[in-house]
Amino acid sequence: MGVVFDKISTRDAFGSALSELAREDENIMYLSADTINSVGGSLMHSEYPNRAINVGIAEQNMALMAAGMAASGAKVFIATYAVFASMRICEQVRTFIAYPNLDVKIVAGLGGLSGGIEGVTHQGTEDIAIMRAIPNMCVVAAADAASTKVITKAIAHYDGPVYLRLGRGPSPAVFDENYEFEFGRANVIRSYGNDVTFFSYGATINRCLQASEMLNKEGIYCRVIETPSLKPFDTEMVLKSVNETSLLVTVEDHNIIGGLGSAVAEALCGKNLTTPCLNIGLNDHYGVSGECEELLDYYGMSAESIVQKVKAKLK
Amino acid sequence: MADEITVKQAKDLAKEIRIKILQMLGNFGYGHLGGSMSIADLLGVLYSGIMNFDSSKPRWEGRDYFICSKGHAGPAVYGALTSVGFFPETELLKLNRLGTNLPSHCDRLRTIGVDMTTGSLGQGLSVAVGVALGIKMDELSNYCFVVIGDGESQEGQVWEALMFAGHNKLDKLILFIDNNGEQLDGKIFEVNKIDNYVERLKSFYWHAQLVDGHDANSIIDAIKTAKSVKDCPSAIILKTIKGKGSFAEGIFNHSLPVKVSDAENDIQNLLKKN
Repeated sequence: MGVVFDKISTRDAFGSALSELAREDENIMYLSADTINSVGGSLMHSEYPNRAINVGIAEQNMALMAAGMAASGAKVFIATYAVFASMRICEQVRTFIAYPNLDVKIVAGLGGLSGGIEGVTHQGTEDIAIMRAIPNMCVVAAADAASTKVITKAIAHYDGPVYLRLGRGPSPAVFDENYEFEFGRANVIRSYGNDVTFFSYGATINRCLQASEMLNKEGIYCRVIETPSLKPFDTEMVLKSVNETSLLVTVEDHNIIGGLGSAVAEALCGKNLTTPCLNIGLNDHYGVSGECEELLDYYGMSAESIVQKVKAKLK
Repeated sequence: MADEITVKQAKDLAKEIRIKILQMLGNFGYGHLGGSMSIADLLGVLYSGIMNFDSSKPRWEGRDYFICSKGHAGPAVYGALTSVGFFPETELLKLNRLGTNLPSHCDRLRTIGVDMTTGSLGQGLSVAVGVALGIKMDELSNYCFVVIGDGESQEGQVWEALMFAGHNKLDKLILFIDNNGEQLDGKIFEVNKIDNYVERLKSFYWHAQLVDGHDANSIIDAIKTAKSVKDCPSAIILKTIKGKGSFAEGIFNHSLPVKVSDAENDIQNLLKKN
């Protein structure tokens, strides 16, 4: 199965959806921290320069300006990179956006290993864990351009804080305009049988699809489930999968602590189930510099490596 | 007035650093050209005689510290470090390749001669303040040099660090502000303007000077003046051009593709200059 990359990045797909939303709802505002061009704001800025504001390299100020605007009735998207969105402004987000339950959408480019050659300072590989731990916060991740557009519009129609994880460059295309998103719902995107269930999101979804095709040829029949909504999380889907298949596998370009693997484990906790789980991701370390796709391979998330790990676990 | 030999050495090193930046980015195909080229003259001065260091003992306790808070200028730092013998030049062609010791942003765990990991803007000055406070407490003679970007100074933490350093009279701290006037989204004056650095810094109890950041003689003289000032930290605002000495001067050059032919052409032009 060849990989076809989107023509546009998830960041630009977000920007395209944002500009459509801005035309429909004059209450929508956008703030960026010197990232207006790099996290999807340029289109809205060209149409509504007064509603797409660049605060400069000042993420903390941006976060609480958004809180102030939301507290006075606006729906605000703030955009920066995942490391800054989840860590530089963590307390601002937790105490002054999430606690007061304000309608602020935190849009995080360069999620996971997509920060690539920029290295540790620009690779957001702990963001899902951090954001999941904040009460009131919804945490979602988009896999490609088509799903990003749908998810952007869906979160805009929700009144409350949301963290949206995006990538950097064009992603492998997985979905089309018929993609559906609902908070708290996982999407079954392949269903070949009852041996293995893959859970994944974002940049690793296409790799799970490739792995499932390869395993299929060897008589190991898989399901692939996309989990764009990491919080609220589809615990029912996990319980259904655990009852119907022999192995659960989570794959994510995130620390294996606190991300999707943990969300699945939390869903299973206390159920007295014996189905084995396999968590594939970053094993509690930082990423090195390199191109995103080669980093995913390097850290054991190539389709071949996933297949090997699954087969070893099934033995 | 700096002596002629010192100025010549600084200029020669700056040229070598620029050539190496172009070789690295040309070889990789893209990267942070603008902000690397704009501090080449500063690094030429610092590493040709101003700073105390021993490239065979990178962690020598008597060294002067250098923190490149604008960590995306890593290629400029690597050019300087290899020119003065911290590691072989062959490493330069591995810039940003998987498993490299020369990542896009400076990393003290990976690169010999790098004193501090940087790249998340607004934080390196606080690190430098910590180093300078230690120097003061232990009554050592080392200096701590740090460079930040002018766009970077939009971060609030920069001003927290400035306030503490001024209040605590950290006179072994010398700050350079690379005032190239540009940031990722455009001109600083248009995004969120910040100017009058000298007046602002003075109001934070700093000594402050504004000099031509591409003139080695002026930079050397300013550092000498800064060292002569006691009981307050010193800032030297470097008026610079982002991308100085490359094909990308005057165009958007924060991070851009660099063709081998463009890099080669720039290198030939640099070699023709004195």
